[in-house]
Amino acid sequence: MPPFNNKNAHITLMAICNESIDLRRKEMEKAVKKYWPIFVLPTVAAFAIGFIYPFIQGVYLSFCKFSTIKKAKFVGLANYQYALTDESFYHSFGYTLAFAVVSVVLINVIAFMLALALTSKIKGKDIYRTVFFMPNLIGGIVLGYIWKTLLDCFLSLIGQPLLALNETWGFVGLVILMCWQQIGYMMIIYIAGLQAIDTAYLEAAMIDGATKLQTLFRVKIPNVMSSITICLFLTLTNGFKLFDQNLALTGGEPAHKSEMLALNIYDTFYARSGKQWKGYGQAKAVIFCILVIVISLIQLRATKSKEVQA
Amino acid sequence: MKKKLLSALLSAAMVASLLIGCGAKEAEAPAAEAPAAEETVEEEATEETTEEATEEVAAGEGQVYYLNFKPEQDEQWQALAKSYTEQTGVPVTVVTAASGTYEETLTAEIAKDEAPTLFQVNGPVGLANWSDYCYDLTGSEILSNLTSDSFALKNGDEVAGIAYVIESYGIITNVELLEKAGYTTDDIKSFEDLKKVAEDITARSSELGFSAFTSTGMDGSSDWRFKTHLANLPIYFEYQEDGISDTKAIKGTYLDNYKQIFDLYINNSTCSPKELATKTGDDAENEFAEGKAVFFQNGSWEYGNLIGKGMTDDQLKMIPIYIGVGDEANQGLCTGTENFWCVNNEASEEDIEATLTFINWCVSSDEGTQAMADMGFTIPFKNAKENPNVFVQQDAAYTAEGKVPVSWNFTTMPSEEWKNGVGSALTAYAAGTGDWDAVVTAFVDGWASEKALAE
Repeated sequence: MPPFNNKNAHITLMAICNESIDLRRKEMEKAVKKYWPIFVLPTVAAFAIGFIYPFIQGVYLSFCKFSTIKKAKFVGLANYQYALTDESFYHSFGYTLAFAVVSVVLINVIAFMLALALTSKIKGKDIYRTVFFMPNLIGGIVLGYIWKTLLDCFLSLIGQPLLALNETWGFVGLVILMCWQQIGYMMIIYIAGLQAIDTAYLEAAMIDGATKLQTLFRVKIPNVMSSITICLFLTLTNGFKLFDQNLALTGGEPAHKSEMLALNIYDTFYARSGKQWKGYGQAKAVIFCILVIVISLIQLRATKSKEVQA
Repeated sequence: MKKKLLSALLSAAMVASLLIGCGAKEAEAPAAEAPAAEETVEEEATEETTEEATEEVAAGEGQVYYLNFKPEQDEQWQALAKSYTEQTGVPVTVVTAASGTYEETLTAEIAKDEAPTLFQVNGPVGLANWSDYCYDLTGSEILSNLTSDSFALKNGDEVAGIAYVIESYGIITNVELLEKAGYTTDDIKSFEDLKKVAEDITARSSELGFSAFTSTGMDGSSDWRFKTHLANLPIYFEYQEDGISDTKAIKGTYLDNYKQIFDLYINNSTCSPKELATKTGDDAENEFAEGKAVFFQNGSWEYGNLIGKGMTDDQLKMIPIYIGVGDEANQGLCTGTENFWCVNNEASEEDIEATLTFINWCVSSDEGTQAMADMGFTIPFKNAKENPNVFVQQDAAYTAEGKVPVSWNFTTMPSEEWKNGVGSALTAYAAGTGDWDAVVTAFVDGWASEKALAE
């Protein structure tokens, strides 16, 4: 029996381990190569049926005049021509843009501040986290009606015109509602990001004598850039595609002045009788879609470039 | 590179979901509607199989699928359909669209393989969406059973639809309260009378304990009473004066009268005009049923609800809406229809035949007409049975006295959009954030621009 050699044993053991891991990995790869369709197909099929097919059909219908999808008549670019000359569409675009900017800034700043506060050492932070997250569990329509009642009571107390008559408060109300609903959700994402920062960085910063602000801007924020990317993306797209809350809270009143893009498209579909309107609405929906793609791609590129790989 | 691809894929997925979210609003309705529809179809299927076993003759004779507009009458329709199937062996499916979603439901249902064979439109404006699907009813038996040709909805030379229910609206009055205030409905024969009574009640409302009018709610559940039904009166009188039945440009001759009656409503009511934007249809109904107000503008369809809330036949009377125009002594209730049956021309010949036979049975057979009367419908057909609804009886009494009913011209209103525009302006006017000129603009200019868009 050879004398016990610690170093060699270690190496042999590692080799055996590596070999078995390699073997297992190879087997896995083989299995994945063989069976991947079984895992991927259901999702792809669902995605194709639920998303891709309706999407393509939607694009096709935007070139048609129709009351039902069965009897669609191709009319070329006429729908786009109307959509691009419709003033209400531009107004709702401007309104949506303003809303998206304001809500993105407010939601993210407040959510991040809350996340900072709730990752520090304060008592009962789990309760706070739960409470702040809860509004997100309520559906948009319900929230809209609840806030409508609340805000109308408030407005009548301070002697202001009610929501349905008040463009300014309609906007403020929508912002308040969205903040209330989304801050908790974004906060959770930020908390996860903050907790994932290696404490070594924070300790190093402390030893180097960094102030709290310096730690925040030089260490914490660069390290949670991936969370920021996600949150900005979510809030931006939520802001653009907002529908339920808009419908329930203001319904576009007074006279379409608080109407956002999605509601404008819905109104185009159903507010008038006649086959042409469905096509107009569909064209608006496609334009809307392209707009959101472009804006979110720009945003993704801008924030992704700032992400650091830890 | 991979990251870019991933982000591109991600945003594509997101955007696809967006487009579906808004592009396929109509496709969402079927999803919600489908369970209800399938349930009935399944029920139908079991019924069918039993029938096939017993009455094989019936097979191949076609079937009926009715997409019902009125949720209030769903149960009665189901019962009638069942009874018809038992007697004839013809399967009849009745599916009712959820309140306020008929257009969306029809859009979804009609694109299916098993599409409704019988559906309804609300008049010439609604017909614009569905004219491609309307079977020409010329020469059908049901058409010959109508009491008047004016109840047929024409599309050019074709008969696209048939009115199956006639309704009336006016000012529903709580006679008991009116007597407490020292008046009877005989004291109200003109706008001036109505104004005098209403203002007197307002002046003494704290002493009497009730107001003249229920809240003129401008919430979406109630604003149609004013932006559509009340707005019918100035339109009717203008059409009468000009001898027309539709127009591309309304002049607004009687808008001052419209203002007059609207002012009377909002200033003699249970609440401040500033709060009207949030008042609902239920609010007004409850105020009336609880005896908080004497007058409530609504229609004969409201009878069941009021009785259900504990009111009795002797308490209720409907008087005409006087706005101070024309021969008020001989003015009747606003009576007409916005419910027209249409038969789907895409259905198979047997199904069309079965549908025509079914609807004719509904309005001419003993059982059918009785069922229609029980649903509270006054049907414009020769065999109609008497209706227990007091408002309907009053309408008949007014007509017997020689009073002229005000016809329903709101079926010629250019679009929902026009109604919404007028509604918004009225709400703002009531609250004081807008002026009457805005109502006039929405009414007159809005009419012209919306009619132009409908071309």
